[in-house]
Amino acid sequence: MREQDPKQRIKNFNEVPYGYNKEEAMAEAARCLQCKTQPCVQGCPVEIDIPGFILAIKEERFSDSIKIVKATNNLPAVCGRVCPQEDQCEKVCVLEKAGKPINIGALERFISDWERENRSEVNKENIAAGEAAAKVAVIGAGPAGLTCASDLNKMGYKVTIFEALHKPGGVLAYGIPEFRLPKNIVTDEVDEIEASGVELKNNYIIGKIKKIEDLREDGYKAFFIASGAGLPYFMNIPGENLNGVYSANEFLTRVNLMKAYLFPRYDTPINVGKKVAVVGAGNVAMDSARSALRLGAEKVSIVYRRTEQEMPARIDEIHHAQEEGIEFHLLTSPVQISGDETGEVTKLVCLKNKLGEPDSSGRRRPISIEGSEFEMEMDTVIIAIGNGPNPVLLETIDGLKLNKWGNIEANEENCETSIEDIFAGGDIVTGAATVIAAMGAGKHAARSIDKFLKS
Amino acid sequence: MRINEEGERFPLTMYDWDAEKGTATVVCQAIGVSTKKLCALNEGDSILDVVGPLGHATNTEDIGKVICVGGGVGTAEAYPIAKGLRKNGNDVTVIIGARNKDLVICEESLRKFCDKVYVTTDDGTYGQKGFVTDVLEKLIEKDTPDLVFAIGPAIMMKMVSEMTRKKHIKTLVSLNSIMIDGTGMCGGCRVQYDGEVKFACVDGPEFDGHKVDFDDLTRRGKRYSDKEKKALEHYEEKCRMGLEK
Ligand SMILES: Cc1cc2nc3c(=O)[nH]c(=O)nc-3n(C[C@H](O)[C@H](O)[C@H](O)COP(=O)(O)OP(=O)(O)OC[C@H]3O[C@@H](n4cnc5c(N)ncnc54)[C@H](O)[C@@H]3O)c2cc1C
Ligand code: FES
Repeated sequence: MREQDPKQRIKNFNEVPYGYNKEEAMAEAARCLQCKTQPCVQGCPVEIDIPGFILAIKEERFSDSIKIVKATNNLPAVCGRVCPQEDQCEKVCVLEKAGKPINIGALERFISDWERENRSEVNKENIAAGEAAAKVAVIGAGPAGLTCASDLNKMGYKVTIFEALHKPGGVLAYGIPEFRLPKNIVTDEVDEIEASGVELKNNYIIGKIKKIEDLREDGYKAFFIASGAGLPYFMNIPGENLNGVYSANEFLTRVNLMKAYLFPRYDTPINVGKKVAVVGAGNVAMDSARSALRLGAEKVSIVYRRTEQEMPARIDEIHHAQEEGIEFHLLTSPVQISGDETGEVTKLVCLKNKLGEPDSSGRRRPISIEGSEFEMEMDTVIIAIGNGPNPVLLETIDGLKLNKWGNIEANEENCETSIEDIFAGGDIVTGAATVIAAMGAGKHAARSIDKFLKS
Repeated sequence: MRINEEGERFPLTMYDWDAEKGTATVVCQAIGVSTKKLCALNEGDSILDVVGPLGHATNTEDIGKVICVGGGVGTAEAYPIAKGLRKNGNDVTVIIGARNKDLVICEESLRKFCDKVYVTTDDGTYGQKGFVTDVLEKLIEKDTPDLVFAIGPAIMMKMVSEMTRKKHIKTLVSLNSIMIDGTGMCGGCRVQYDGEVKFACVDGPEFDGHKVDFDDLTRRGKRYSDKEKKALEHYEEKCRMGLEK
């Protein structure tokens, strides 16, 4: 796909890949073999009829195509951009073996963007339930919550989403940057869900403003907890409280949700030094590193304790980061952050690692090499080593079973928890995972809630 | 709260509230962009986003003798605590500290339910000249309270905590670190507490003053000083051009 030139794009927050035009999309769609076995559909966590929507693109029946996608996926413009297709539908595409799978993500993006530009042609109907329908409360407006709410609404329930922040979208709103997922796309897709009749209450922290038991009294008959993985982990090394040290969550929230990249037009500030280290190598780390570059850093380094093979980020995003000139310090673990007398970061002190035996995750464990300590000069350090479950809500629910990491114990098939009327899914159950996995959980939960309310 | 689309999310203490009328009162001093924007609003104007109350509620029951120390605008935060403590039958003394006479707030409202209110000003323009700690020292000399509450600038909370530490008087402080989401999601509000990292927005805002690293708090509180100045200049420029109130 055509993309913004790396030299240009590191100076702006505009989207990097341009997306297909009509001719490109139809040509790509024409390559699809329309296999009878449809391995791609099985590779998709929400089971989109992939050959179906691709055929419709090939035949220039765009309205049909988007309808097929939307039958199972209510956030296609988002998924087309951020799903790890290389591990899912495209991985099992028959053409993968011949070297070049169909670019399914790009086609999904094309058809969703086409719809957004030609909205009047497509029906946008309000299918809100009547007063008599059972009320369901969804907690968290991330991909899991939005999907569950949308599906329950379609089934005829009265659904309210309670969202802690002032904008819906979860990680899509506060985490993933504009250059990878333009915020107007998230807004559009959420607006459509709202327009269909789902009630959305922002600025509403369940556990603080109201508890689940209060909502029960208000007449809600079932609950879906989709509060995500919103608790930043720190490394617990000396110097983490210095002024130039951010959790990736804080860094990205300032940039994306609060639009610090438009400071001082927007009031929220951010401090990015000349030399920036990002610790970790997942999507969150890549997003932080690439944002830092766009905010004026001269040198940005990813510091990761294992090797390139183990990096959890999407391949595309690693490539994008490399193209943009981000340095990778692999097999490297920070042990200390040093600062000056005013509390500003000056150095990151690290040890070199070698790989040992595989650990519980099946990846080879990094072992630090004695005496390998070295320093890198830094002004800013961003910690992107993962997020855990936020306890604010969970603490207030008596009898809700959690696992040893503090995530909700829920059946991954039907999202049931230890409490009958409470269901849970997405990152709050699995730990930080993917947008599409969270959406899949939202779908399962909607089905289970329907079954529960009918029983 | 967040005043408008361009605004920051910033925390304010609830000064008073009326659940029946559905109102909440906040007190703020117009210092930076956000507080200036808030103070520029008139009756009938609206605030884009309000979320709360957040953090842990103050326990005001069965404490006994309490001294509440409020410094500057922190006095407005000490007010609801003193009021709650009195309502629950505790013995309450309040010390208000301010730089000068004009900055003394809440005195009258406090005197309505509390007959032991002391005022100090740095420059002596009102009440006793000096610092809140001068009054506190004398009070705890005479009679040991069960609890001291200190709410105000970091340096004041630090001085109070150091004074009470020597006498082993339990001391709670309310921390005003820089916050964004206020939900425990970003860690920007983190403070060093008893050798651990705590998030002021969800673990606090009240902490044992004897365990807080106030130097860390002060340092972290200044991390955007330059940018805050720039944001204010930008806002004032817009006000001059008539683009903002
Ligand atoms: C920077 C970043 C980049 C990523 N990149 C990708 C990518 O490229 N591809 C991919 O597939 N995945 C990516 N992920 C992962 C993906 O975003 C998550 O797995 C997904 O968003 C999880 O969805 P969720 O609905 O479970 O939770 P979230 O998206 O976290 O949403 C949870 C919502 O619940 C709200 N909430 C929390 N507590 C409460 C409460 N008590 N009351 C009310 N509301 C509450 C939160 O404010 C939030 O809006 C990325 C994650 C991050 C952080
Ligand atoms: S303000 Fe973000 S965690 Fe406290």
